[in-house]
Amino acid sequence: MRGGTAYKAFRVGALVLVVLGLLTPLIWMVAASLKTNVDIYDASKALLFSPTVDNYKTVLEQANYVTFIINSLWVAFASTVLSLLLGVPAAYSMSRFTMKRSALVVLMARVIPGVSLLVPWFYVFSNLRLVGGFTVLVLSHMFVSLPLVVYIMMGYFDGLPTELEESGQVDGLTPIGAFRRITLPLSTPGIATAGILAFIFSWNNFMFALVLSGAKTKTLPVAIFDFVGYAAIDWGGLMAAATVVTVPIMVIALLAQKYVVSGLTAGATKG
Amino acid sequence: MSADALPVTGTSGFSRWANDHRKWLFASPAMAFVVVLIIFPVAWTAYLSLTDAEGSVRADKEFVGAQNYLDVLGDTARFWPAVWRTVQFTGVVLLVEVVLGMAIALLLWRPFRGEKWVRVAILMPLVATPVAVGMMWRLIFDPNIGIANQVIGWFGIPEQPWLAGPGSALWTTMLIDIWQWTPMVVLILLAGLTSLSEEPQEAALIDGASGWQRFRFITLPLMMPTVIVAILLRGIDALKTFDILYATKGKGGGSYNEVETLNVYAYGLAFDYNEYGTSSTVLIIFFLIIIGSMWALTSRRKAEY
Repeated sequence: MRGGTAYKAFRVGALVLVVLGLLTPLIWMVAASLKTNVDIYDASKALLFSPTVDNYKTVLEQANYVTFIINSLWVAFASTVLSLLLGVPAAYSMSRFTMKRSALVVLMARVIPGVSLLVPWFYVFSNLRLVGGFTVLVLSHMFVSLPLVVYIMMGYFDGLPTELEESGQVDGLTPIGAFRRITLPLSTPGIATAGILAFIFSWNNFMFALVLSGAKTKTLPVAIFDFVGYAAIDWGGLMAAATVVTVPIMVIALLAQKYVVSGLTAGATKG
Repeated sequence: MSADALPVTGTSGFSRWANDHRKWLFASPAMAFVVVLIIFPVAWTAYLSLTDAEGSVRADKEFVGAQNYLDVLGDTARFWPAVWRTVQFTGVVLLVEVVLGMAIALLLWRPFRGEKWVRVAILMPLVATPVAVGMMWRLIFDPNIGIANQVIGWFGIPEQPWLAGPGSALWTTMLIDIWQWTPMVVLILLAGLTSLSEEPQEAALIDGASGWQRFRFITLPLMMPTVIVAILLRGIDALKTFDILYATKGKGGGSYNEVETLNVYAYGLAFDYNEYGTSSTVLIIFFLIIIGSMWALTSRRKAEY
């Protein structure tokens, strides 16, 4: 496997194919967002076309996307911060005091289909007249991000030796003081991982916002879905909208690659 | 030794109380959230599944016992086809994603020049917003203006209806799922491969084992626990696939319900037709299917290792 010129050539070829297969559709999307609708229909202009930013103008100015971007940012930010505030101490307790059953309850959330929560939420929240507001949206996104934070942070705290906390307590810190001054600063990479993933999952969330958001609180994925409601699809505009939602998250993933990968594969090798 | 074995040296009453009870003080807010937003809704769904709740959420509902369950289980028009589509979708994407994911993970296993860039490429589909991904493939698979038909044309394959064909729509959504989520399997398996010890490989190499033999008799058995984790994680998500199906085919999984899986069906019953009772019944059955398949997978794992 390690030697052989033939294998090396095969490997290079296969890897090139993999990269092309993964990236070409995304490049195609961005390219289409820079074309006029006439050029999108013209196969001869697949790659050679004169780029235009008109689609982005349509999306940002006429279709009100600036509001949706702010909504998405706000919901993702609020749900991430709240999930970290609740999830990090909980994960600490569950890891240090081995609260297996409690952890299991929180992790069940990964298994339950979102729709089965949406039905009762919708019932209760519409009776409270909360549907369409930010509160419900943030709460619903926390349903995804809180278990994620607990899951990632439990793994992180499990791997963090207790000796440092103990020596801090010998030096006069209370247990909570030791958690705050010693464990938390040491956990920054774990918290970054959990936070970035929680943000990405909230930003990408579609189903909860589809039901629970209103005209004023609509997030980007729902706005994109609504884009196709009209008679003929404005492909250029649609691709510009899709690019607006996808590219920021891809840039974050690019910059924080290490954290994103470790979060996505958290606990995978423990079996 | 756990941290709580040390004496608490706090001075004020509250501080001492907080330190003594930190286990629950730390855990209870998150637990309360989970109970209120997750446990209660699940119980409520179970209750609704036994009522005739429909129409307005403020309308009166009556307890109908197991009637919904009898109706749903006897429904061969929408329910059973949705079950079959869910099984088909999950089975096919899992098989392809695990085999393809393993192949790509093996390609990436040993260091090479440009590795960093390949890893970036692998991450991109994973983090892309599923709804946007659905829209992107809608353009690519468009029968008239899409590039997909042109590309297969180069290989002499006749034009396909892709998402627009009643028979081909489900298969096309599988392709989209495979594009987006094979990278997830690659990442998990790669994490597993990197943590394998080198000795068995070296020993086999000295014994003259071929590449295939080393994979079949050493790497694969050692990797089985990680493979099962990948199958579990991907399987749960594949069963629950919603975003790309709804983004590409809309309500009811298209005009012929061609991509209507259980999740899409349950969503449609509740939010497109306001039949909350029936929807809850489908959800409870769906939930049992998920738990059942997870249990089958994990118990098999325990039996084998």
